Amino acid sequence: MKQVIKTLAAAVTLGSALMAAPSMAGGISDDKVRIGVLADMGGPYGDLCGRNCVAAVEMAVEDFGGKVLGKKIDVLSADDQNKPDFGSAKAREWLESEGVDAINGLVASSVVGAVSQVTRSNEKPTLISGAGSNTFTTKTCSPFNAHWSYDVVALANGTVKPLVDSGKKKWFFITADYSFGHALEKVATGVIESNGGKVVGAARAPLGTNDYSSFVLQAMSSGADVVALANAGKDFVNSLKGAVEFGLSEQATLAGLLVFASDTKAIDPSIIGNMRLTTGFYWDRDDQSREWAKRFVDRTGAVPTMAHAGAYSSTMHYLNAVKEAGTDEGKAVMSKMKELKPNDFFARNATLRSDGRMVHDMYQVRVKTDSERKNDHDLYEIEKVIPGDQAFGAQLPECDFK
Amino acid sequence: MTSSASVHNIRNLGIALILVGLVAPLVVYPVFLMKFLCFALFACAFNLMLGFVGMLSFGHAAFLSTGGYVTGYLMTQVGLSTELGVLAGTIVAGVLGFIFGKLSVKREGIYFAMVTLALAQLVFFFYLQAPFTGGEDGMQPIPRGELFGLIDMKDNFNMYYFVLAVFVIGFSIIYRTIHSPFGQVLKAIRENEPRAVSLGYNVRDYKLMAFVISATLAGMAGATKALVFELESLTDAHWHMSGEVVLMTLLGGMGTIFGPVVGAAIVVAITTIFSGGQMGNYIHIIMGVIFVICVLSFRRGVVGEFNHFMQKNFTASGLGK
Repeated sequence: MKQVIKTLAAAVTLGSALMAAPSMAGGISDDKVRIGVLADMGGPYGDLCGRNCVAAVEMAVEDFGGKVLGKKIDVLSADDQNKPDFGSAKAREWLESEGVDAINGLVASSVVGAVSQVTRSNEKPTLISGAGSNTFTTKTCSPFNAHWSYDVVALANGTVKPLVDSGKKKWFFITADYSFGHALEKVATGVIESNGGKVVGAARAPLGTNDYSSFVLQAMSSGADVVALANAGKDFVNSLKGAVEFGLSEQATLAGLLVFASDTKAIDPSIIGNMRLTTGFYWDRDDQSREWAKRFVDRTGAVPTMAHAGAYSSTMHYLNAVKEAGTDEGKAVMSKMKELKPNDFFARNATLRSDGRMVHDMYQVRVKTDSERKNDHDLYEIEKVIPGDQAFGAQLPECDFK
Repeated sequence: MTSSASVHNIRNLGIALILVGLVAPLVVYPVFLMKFLCFALFACAFNLMLGFVGMLSFGHAAFLSTGGYVTGYLMTQVGLSTELGVLAGTIVAGVLGFIFGKLSVKREGIYFAMVTLALAQLVFFFYLQAPFTGGEDGMQPIPRGELFGLIDMKDNFNMYYFVLAVFVIGFSIIYRTIHSPFGQVLKAIRENEPRAVSLGYNVRDYKLMAFVISATLAGMAGATKALVFELESLTDAHWHMSGEVVLMTLLGGMGTIFGPVVGAAIVVAITTIFSGGQMGNYIHIIMGVIFVICVLSFRRGVVGEFNHFMQKNFTASGLGK
């Protein structure tokens, strides 16, 4: 029993010492700005964001000088395994016990949905660089969301509408069975139907499916003009390869609704060549983007995706806002971020709307065929620039957070 | 070497642990502790069956998730107070346990494990498709509610002490069960089932009862866990979770009272430590290696080996058999 009392006393002393430590008074909390990068590091979305999103955020911090308002900037990272429970538990731990001031990365929409609840109650900026669901700025909008790279509305407007207009009216979806896929399918269906098209069916495949044959066979028997792949990352790669192997590409047009540059690079040009798709960023657009991409490739060896570029751009904008606001307090930084105009190699004609949607130019691109490609990273030809206000959806009145 | 000395030891240790539990959140991040307590209760509930009756259920994730989803649904839709929410999830998991038990206790060994696994997979796919669970997105946000309609559980410290109380209640039920005449019969079944039958015990009813208690407490752990994280997801229903609880129990020491608690602590600590940074990718490999080492070199688990060591060298009773 004596031992127990001793342990108790030690624990209480240590505990009270720890409790007394943090103090909040304007400026930078606990003398450090910490940015946590939460992403799928090794799973189906590992290539499109993952470790290289961490690298992109670190690049931004280095380019910013490593310090803001004289205080050091730290970058933390963790693997969310695309599981909402893992992601939200990690985010909670970061915000509540490790003094993290903002979270970046954020790929799987299911994880982002859970994390943004946590960041909202802790009042910390949430820089969504990888995820696509439009619910973060509509149904579950929060004053602390900054949805950066793209969303499903922009994808549907950019990729689906031109196809329907060209006379391809009957659509079939192979959809990733979680919030992102559902949101994309719903928004795309809206675009198809309002332009006179029809959805003849949909197959829902779980995240991380390897064998798409049963889904492809359903699509083949549907008689659709277009089979839309409403998935991403390795799921997109696997489903597209499966569809081509079964000869689906000969009877219908295959449309990738969300394609990252890393996916395009992973697929043989004979399969994906000439596909038209929508992206928020392509490295070979102008000198500024090429200069950044060269540094990124030197560092990571990977082709930069719109998620990587978005992670850099959002981090830069966040740090600028911290500097201007003179504090890392969540509310003040968010309102500063919405006041300042993001402007860098990624964000063109950009503004962060009060609902948290970062509106910027999107690009309709055509995938180059094998003979057109000059090197490994020479993937796209930009066919059209879609101005932000045409690409993204209108703001909802209930999501107006100043 | 008397059993009263053993009981005495365990009581003292129990009281000491509760005291440590009371001050722990001052030192360690409360959510981490709550996660540990939930998994410890889950593993203890599982151990009641595996360690004391010798039934390997491979479907306990179904009870963990049922507790979580039912509590989550009622807290979100009906707005129950915290304790009623947990109670509801616990009871429904118990009812599910009764159904599972009825269907599975007729079989033994690997067949029993397969039947429970199959039933749990049915439950998994139900939760995957049922609209109220949110599928892959999980059910979120689940409000923690107010304890007795008075105490706000949003505060991590309040929530922690509630979870600690739930754990102590659950643990006491298990302790009491094991040390009752009923528990003696369970152990008799584990040691020699035909003999227990020949002595006139209705073995199936005893097994069913143990199954229901175990499922109920697993549901209690799941209900509490859902409130701690304000989220319930398919991870809890997946068969990986059923496997993880086996791992916790074996690592800590199957058939010992504190074994599953130690096992849960090891597993939760490892997953938390390695989930960040570069090691995150290797977490399954690390767990696998630990499991292999455990099976090869200390089959009794941490607490089991400790007890064995104590018995061999000091003929003391160790931490409860």
